[in-house]
Amino acid sequence: MTGTSRTDRAAAVELVGVDKTFPAAGGGAVQALTGVELRLGPGEFVSLIGPSGCGKSTLLRVVADLEQPTAGTVLVGGKSARQARLDQDYGIAFQQAGLLEWRTVAENVELPLHVHGVAKAERRARAADLLALVGLADFAAHRPSQLSGGMQQRVAIARSLATRPKLLLMDEPFGALDEMTRERMQAELLRIVDETAAAVLFVTHSIPEAVVLSDRVVVMSPRPGRITDVVDGRRPRGTAPGGELFDPGDVVDAVDGVRESAAFFEAVTEVRESLRKGSTVSGPLTVDTAAPRTRPTSASEEGS
Amino acid sequence: MRTTGQGAPRGLRRSRWRGPATTLAAFALLVVAWELVKVLVPDDGVTIGGVRVLPRTSDAAMPHVWTVVGRLFDPEVAGAAEPRSIGAAVAAGALFTLRLSLGGLILGGVLGVLLAVVMQRSGLVERMVLPYVIASQTVPLIAIAPLVAGWGGKIAVFGQPWEPWASVMVIAAYLAFFPIAVGMLRGLNSPARADVELFRALACGWWTTLVRLRLPASVPYLIPALRLAAAAAVIGAIVAEISTGTRGGIGRLIIEYAQSATGDPSRMYTAILGAAVLGLVAAGAVGLLDLALVRYRSASR
Repeated sequence: MTGTSRTDRAAAVELVGVDKTFPAAGGGAVQALTGVELRLGPGEFVSLIGPSGCGKSTLLRVVADLEQPTAGTVLVGGKSARQARLDQDYGIAFQQAGLLEWRTVAENVELPLHVHGVAKAERRARAADLLALVGLADFAAHRPSQLSGGMQQRVAIARSLATRPKLLLMDEPFGALDEMTRERMQAELLRIVDETAAAVLFVTHSIPEAVVLSDRVVVMSPRPGRITDVVDGRRPRGTAPGGELFDPGDVVDAVDGVRESAAFFEAVTEVRESLRKGSTVSGPLTVDTAAPRTRPTSASEEGS
Repeated sequence: MRTTGQGAPRGLRRSRWRGPATTLAAFALLVVAWELVKVLVPDDGVTIGGVRVLPRTSDAAMPHVWTVVGRLFDPEVAGAAEPRSIGAAVAAGALFTLRLSLGGLILGGVLGVLLAVVMQRSGLVERMVLPYVIASQTVPLIAIAPLVAGWGGKIAVFGQPWEPWASVMVIAAYLAFFPIAVGMLRGLNSPARADVELFRALACGWWTTLVRLRLPASVPYLIPALRLAAAAAVIGAIVAEISTGTRGGIGRLIIEYAQSATGDPSRMYTAILGAAVLGLVAAGAVGLLDLALVRYRSASR
């Protein structure tokens, strides 16, 4: 992995030899994950990409301590995944915003603080800051159902940041959004991640999304679920860890610049080829949903 | 899933008076229909081939609405030293029974919610208890009422002797807990998997998840269950009064007035009217609770 020598500080996530087996109906077992090795440095943005059933969501859930690995070790910020969950070291967002309808937008953002007994004044202040961060300051008193899908997802992201986590786990957070909203949310997310200096483990189906957001794109393949390749992403310069903070508009421009650059298309192609190789290895049943493209695939190289 | 924006404020305002107005209109229609039947159907009813297909509509069988209303103002016992009107007697009886019904509803509500929480907590308990919860409702009430009264007579609670009204309340609770337990169990299990996982990710224990997620999410299930339970508690209380012979309530009044039905049919109808109003008031109490919990009544789930 490229991240091993990145820093001396404790890795945001460190997975060694992680296996996850689910009992299958009829007595067998499904190998959801096998031999997963992955390390996220502090502030690093890593996307997991792969076809359905490749175990990318399971991997994220193992890091979140929502699933127990069958074998291997999982360290989050140098602690066990369980301890990290109990200490609220990570924030999490799912494909569905999952906002509680009986709470206002602000109260939803406060939820992680509320359930751990943070004083009301402090909660209020934090929620106001976070809503300003995601550009929803005017909607604090609204009900979630009064917001559009993209706005709801921004509330969910604000909520995931409530405890100032050093790690964000995101399971296809933009998967239910339309393309325009999605692109805007990607720029928003990069800006937010910049300001909070959090590391991100990001599950997605979208190759361009993975490339534009990530420092590294981890390509996975199914049956059994495993990592087949790691491709360098094209996260805009200056939004990387240690880079100076940008104006919100600058981040949007930077992201747009990346989307139109040749390097971006190269990386997209590289990920796409990796995905195709992975699916060839795993057998004919896997359907590659990627769009047709110009460059031919070289099937000679196996994934790393 | 939660993106369906409901135009709640406008709809709410319009429907606030609509419900009661519709109820009143339906009552007026009922009165008109009653009187129409009296006008159109002959006194002896309609008989085809020896089978009566429409009821007798003589004043003895179907008194005029205004006769029943007028009867409310007549003294209950003719020539009594302190004359009390029938209306006052019915109101006093209804109030007595209402108190027992609401007491039973609260008792049954607490029991039902606790049962649901325990069943939600443990699948084993659910499998063990739920069949008996359902079976409890198939036992005829009139079989249970004397039993409860009999047991009650042998025990004292906190040094207080068991009063007959306590039996009535327990029986009302016995009917009321069932819809609440079943509805609440559904409600507690209603949060989406993702919501439950969010709370797990937030390192929330069982109690916090119950208080902050499962209980608020179960309100839309609890309110209809409470409506059923309120009606059941009223029926339970009335039947319990009758079968335990408890005095002072509307149940006893119905029996007493029914005994004079041949000579004084409209008197019986006053008691029935009282029981109906009692049911409406009990349902209205639930409606008030519904208004108080409107925040949790999410339309988009």
